[in-house]
Amino acid sequence: MTQKSSSISDFVSWQQRIKSAVDAGRSQIIVCGGTGCVALGSESVYDAFESEIKKQGLEKEVLLKGTGCHGFCEKGPVVVILPDQFFYPGVKPENVAEIFKETVIGRKAIEELLYVDPISSKKITYEYDIPFYAKQQRNIFHNNGRIDPVDVEDFIAHNGYNAFVKVLQEYSPQDVIDSVIKAGLRGRGGGGFPTGVKWDICRKASGQEKYLICNADEGDPGAFMDRSILEGTPHAIIEGMLISAFAIGACTGFIYVRAEYPLAVKNTRLALEQARDSGLLGDNILGTGFCFDIEIRQGAGAFVCGEETALIASIEGHRGMPRTRPPFPAVKGYADEPTNINNVETFANIPLIIENGHEWYSKIGTEKSKGTKVFALAGKVKNTGLVEVPMGTTLRAIVFGIGGGIENDGEFKAAQLGGPSGGCIPTQYLDTPLDYESVQEVGAIMGSGGLIVMDQNVCMVDIARYFLDFVQSESCGKCTPCRVGTRRMLDILESICGGTARMDDLAKLEELAVDVNRASLCGLGQTAPNPVLSTIKNFRDEYVEHIEKRICTAGVCLELLCYQITEKCVGCGACKKVCPVAAITGEKKEIHVLDTEKCTKCGQCYNVCKFEAVKR
Amino acid sequence: MTQMNVKIDGKDCIGQAGQTILELAIDNGIDIPNLCHDPRLKPSGSCRLCLVEVEGARGPVTACTFEIADGMVVSTDTEEIRGLRKTVLELLFYEHKGACATCDDNGECKLQTYGYEYQVEDDVINCGSVCSEPVPNYTAGNEAIEYDVDKCIRCGRCIRICEEVQMDSALTFKERAGQAEVTTAFDIPLNESTCELCGQCISTCPTGALYERHAKGKGQCKDLKSTTTTCVYCGVGCQIDLNVSAKTGKIVRATSKTGVVPNNGNLCVKGRFGQDFVSDNRRLTMPLIKKDGEFKEASWEEALDLVASRLGAIKEVNGADSIAGLSSAKCTNEENYIFQKFMRACVGTNNVDHCARLCHASTVAGLARAFGSGAMTNSIEELKDAKCIFVIGSNTTEAHPVIALNIKHAVVNNGAELIVADPRCIDLVRFADMHIAQKPGTDVALINAMIKVIIDEDLLDKDFIAERTEDFELLKEAVKNVSLKEAAEITTIPADLIRQAAVTYARAKTSTIIYSMGITQHTTGTDNVLSLANLSMVTGHIGKESTGVNPLRGQNNVQGACDMGALPNVYPGYQQVESPNVQDKFEAAWNAKLSPNKGLTIVEIMHAIEEEKIKGLYIMGENPALSDPNLNRTRKALGEVEFLVVQDIFLTETAQYADVVLPAVSYAEKDGTFTNTERRVQRVRKAVEAPGEARLDWKIICDISTRMGFPMAYYRAAGIMDEIASVSPIYGGISYDRIEKVGLAWPCFDKEHPGTKFLHKGKFSRGKGKFHPVTFIPAKESTDKEFPFVLSTGRQLYQFHTGTMTRKSAVINQVSPTGYVEIQLDDAVNLGISNGDRVEVKTRRGCVETDAKVTENIEPGWIFMPFHFSEAPANMLTIDELDPVAKIPEFKVCAAAVRKIS
Repeated sequence: MTQKSSSISDFVSWQQRIKSAVDAGRSQIIVCGGTGCVALGSESVYDAFESEIKKQGLEKEVLLKGTGCHGFCEKGPVVVILPDQFFYPGVKPENVAEIFKETVIGRKAIEELLYVDPISSKKITYEYDIPFYAKQQRNIFHNNGRIDPVDVEDFIAHNGYNAFVKVLQEYSPQDVIDSVIKAGLRGRGGGGFPTGVKWDICRKASGQEKYLICNADEGDPGAFMDRSILEGTPHAIIEGMLISAFAIGACTGFIYVRAEYPLAVKNTRLALEQARDSGLLGDNILGTGFCFDIEIRQGAGAFVCGEETALIASIEGHRGMPRTRPPFPAVKGYADEPTNINNVETFANIPLIIENGHEWYSKIGTEKSKGTKVFALAGKVKNTGLVEVPMGTTLRAIVFGIGGGIENDGEFKAAQLGGPSGGCIPTQYLDTPLDYESVQEVGAIMGSGGLIVMDQNVCMVDIARYFLDFVQSESCGKCTPCRVGTRRMLDILESICGGTARMDDLAKLEELAVDVNRASLCGLGQTAPNPVLSTIKNFRDEYVEHIEKRICTAGVCLELLCYQITEKCVGCGACKKVCPVAAITGEKKEIHVLDTEKCTKCGQCYNVCKFEAVKR
Repeated sequence: MTQMNVKIDGKDCIGQAGQTILELAIDNGIDIPNLCHDPRLKPSGSCRLCLVEVEGARGPVTACTFEIADGMVVSTDTEEIRGLRKTVLELLFYEHKGACATCDDNGECKLQTYGYEYQVEDDVINCGSVCSEPVPNYTAGNEAIEYDVDKCIRCGRCIRICEEVQMDSALTFKERAGQAEVTTAFDIPLNESTCELCGQCISTCPTGALYERHAKGKGQCKDLKSTTTTCVYCGVGCQIDLNVSAKTGKIVRATSKTGVVPNNGNLCVKGRFGQDFVSDNRRLTMPLIKKDGEFKEASWEEALDLVASRLGAIKEVNGADSIAGLSSAKCTNEENYIFQKFMRACVGTNNVDHCARLCHASTVAGLARAFGSGAMTNSIEELKDAKCIFVIGSNTTEAHPVIALNIKHAVVNNGAELIVADPRCIDLVRFADMHIAQKPGTDVALINAMIKVIIDEDLLDKDFIAERTEDFELLKEAVKNVSLKEAAEITTIPADLIRQAAVTYARAKTSTIIYSMGITQHTTGTDNVLSLANLSMVTGHIGKESTGVNPLRGQNNVQGACDMGALPNVYPGYQQVESPNVQDKFEAAWNAKLSPNKGLTIVEIMHAIEEEKIKGLYIMGENPALSDPNLNRTRKALGEVEFLVVQDIFLTETAQYADVVLPAVSYAEKDGTFTNTERRVQRVRKAVEAPGEARLDWKIICDISTRMGFPMAYYRAAGIMDEIASVSPIYGGISYDRIEKVGLAWPCFDKEHPGTKFLHKGKFSRGKGKFHPVTFIPAKESTDKEFPFVLSTGRQLYQFHTGTMTRKSAVINQVSPTGYVEIQLDDAVNLGISNGDRVEVKTRRGCVETDAKVTENIEPGWIFMPFHFSEAPANMLTIDELDPVAKIPEFKVCAAAVRKIS
């Protein structure tokens, strides 16, 4: 339910009414409704709880709530039972009746459904005890696992829009900018430019009208924090944008979100309607004379549209292609007017700064990188998901503390930070604090916070090839170095992976990488060589091995693999059975022979052999 | 403007704020390589070849996008920069497949130039030389343009020029990365897209990726000889380069250079693709004499003797005034001068006129009365800076496409307000703030109502009226009883819209009026023009930069033909034939006895033939058998006249009626000058040899004149211009050496005079601007039950006039194969007519069969026909009623009926 507030006092009394109606001791069933959990079946879990409640006639006593992403996507569907915070991972509809009876009504944990910590192998009952959560500092995601994303009252009950109201009551636009500057917030989209300074430039730029854009065009493979925030707490973004608009003097805002995020689009759209209906968006907001409204623009999924000038071109209805800067959007952006553009996570920080004060905020993090940062932890790590930690947390703490270490107890080889524009961080830098400067020093970038963990089974040349393949196919084609240069680099990488390269190709690759970085028009092209440069820097031996010895130690580059059956073979025939091309011959109990001409290097014989007789 | 000191490669350069490094470098003769730059376009920074180092900048920057700042230090040629450029070039060659040896653009291609300059290795250049299997692209099936993706370097210039300059937005990129290539929106064939075939994309392409399809294989650029001349089509006067193959002696392609005045490298479809006629094998190559109803080839001696003797005989028997001559707006100033001199000094009559009678006679009459000078008051260039542009009765994008670019630029880039008053929803309406679809023939009612609003709402420029004009009270009296309500009824325009237009026009800081045939071709043409003059004077919107009244002249040299006195009432330079002083002056100058009586106009000449007053008619480069109103009557007259000489480059519809046909040379085969619509006298230069025995028009006339006893002989065209300058004060300072590079706009009184950018500054040509009270008079013919439609005729983009030249072009014929009548959708439905149906259009004078073009761009009850097509000649239908002052016929309004032919 929404109610239109036409003044600040209206809003305050509405909030009081909402809060007083909240029963803190009431039982709540929280079912994660983030995209990850939905994909794993959380909707049917939700439905099962709903009918269970109905069956038991406990609609008043028990509150069922679908929320945004809890971050622990790997373990979905996730269910949390309040007030005790019982935590159940991987819940199935058939578990619902029991959970309802034992945990919701009985307030007791069901042993066999509990989460097992991969490190200690112990069962953990409560959400707050789970290492994955316990070691995070979830400031931005605080509400994500607790509130109903499409219920403005729930948001307001959790002090939503308080920061905005505080701004309207106590701040001048310059005060807001000063607070954000003093808080030390830097852009979470990757560049790390001081947010308050950017606002200040935009505020001071001359123009007929000013615009505000929220960049929700999250394109890095594996990164999904912005999606989760928009899905889970869209009102927090609206609030952050309201405060920003107030500060820079904008009255039109856009949220540019990719169409592949249907749930984020849906929830944001609903939230915008609610905010409008509540008098929090539109003309004369809360009777203060401040006017601001937001439109959603859906992107078609081009990676380059995350680049701010391409994004603006796309909003304007042009093909999403970047243009040279200067002028920067803060001076000349949408419709050639001053435009402030921040990403979702940046806006999510704003209400926190206002509500808790910049002093509080600036205590979090390192000297130059303040606040928390969300990482999308993925790859060969035990616990994957969204991880929010203070800036400056070490890579080791994230991978081994929160992430629970390497999958199958493998060996950490490197972590790719910052997506395709980033770089890899090898073992020797595991204790690097993750802040803007330190990360750059080791050859990566913070980027939007994609963190892909790699073990010994990953080939670093192949990783470079993978990321380059991605950026080259996402190159918009506008400038020569990016359009053709990345293609040339990819050709060379493919020849290295394919075993046809020579050492001077490696030199050419490095040269080209530097030139593409120096000569490209936008960030996409300028950073495209990063994965190549950082893997060459840290894993040069692997490149040399590929080229000179024609060997891929990780066993990834197919062309370099040569399967052989050794004397260890006992002639069990397992390999012969699985070989899809009948390349293996041999009599029972005799050493088998593999015809390398026929072999397609599928690796099935290698996997099936129990005697380590197949070598590659 | 703030001056900025910038050091480029150690050289001190002074630039202006807002200039880019590249612009400043070009100004200072410093070469920075570039491929995606075109001064007509907004910088894109995409090719990355113009990278330079700027002290203090984070990394290399693109010179084409980076704006200069005071104290900036730039290095354009460091080792790193050269290395980066070489890499960029190598990458481009990796993508660019195609060998220079077989490329048409060889010699013009910038990639080729830089490849050599940066010594890109052969193996790099050849690495991609294996072209992919050609796949049909968006230009497949299009006669004009061919896109070769293998030669494309994706600089995007074609796309940008289509969007930014032409504002047609037909092109875009498709796909991403290495798959990116140029195509139309939604990848539809060019023939079905919004493309207007201007070929601007070709003009900006730095390689041979976009090329004229017909020019391919006809000679590489390095082997073509380029001659700069003035385009032969409309009055814009585009500077055009005819590129001729030395091998064949034929024009291979027409191009234009950026920076030229007035077109800055821009051309339209006719200029770029309409040059085929020059080498068309139907060109006249020998004189023809009609014997027993059939043309027989004759020698020049025979033909010239015959013409001289027959004209001489007619003069002797019936008097000089029984001979008339039609001069030509297609011919040069020099030829027009010689023609009228021949008619006046040799024949002894003022019966000389030309097609200006059919287009801007009312302008010449009206503006001369109001201002003292009947020409565009401002230069084309000034349009860009006008804050309000009022276009009335001009379909600018179709009839004057390159001028339209300036209008669109003013609106889109400079925020000008555009008011379009035109019965049809013409293309300019896309850019307009207001569209006034006034009923054809109601312009005076509209303008008077606007003046009334301006008076009533006190938007007058009182100081201007007091100081610079006379007879304002008469105008005030005349519009006293005008009511907006009544005007709304007459024009079918809502009163509020009329008011809004008036207020917008009056209030803008600089307002300019653009008009053309929609104003002039009425029996009230002079009144229409006078009312526009009134409108400009009540608001003081005249005599200032970007502010004035601008009639757009339709023919390449219609301005010049008028200037040269190819009119029955004036000598060269608008000196009145009825003035004894003037007559004395010319009698002295030409050493001949001249007639003191003004002569007949075109339509009067035709009518005089019926009355047997005109016995001999000499037509040079005109085609009245298709261009004049009420063709049945015109053609009858052409058939009846005792002796008809037609001098032309083709055997036109008119030539068919001739007794003697004299083969002349086309504009591409001669030297001379044209005067464009902005009064700019520009050079015409010989680019190719004339076919057969075709001769220069002025030489033919001189030979006949000499044979008739008035010897005329000139060594070359430049000498004729010197004589023009000596007798015509407004051309007093014009000579070939002064207009070698850029033309001069008259008045240009002496050798030191810089020419005149805009007229009436500080003082009108006639002294004070004169208000003429005009009242609304309806068109001569009104609709009735039998003829319920209002028929207007006019031009379309692709064809020109009677099609003598444009219809020889395969490109143009593909897009505009034949005539049609535009009819509004509801009207068509009521008459059971579908798009493309054969219909009969009928008026009281004639009947024409043509195709129906069903459209919503015209109001119900009104129909429109282009007049270019001899198989569907619109002028069979038009009325030959004349404006009483200017004697211009009412091409724009007559009553017609339409029916479907089953």
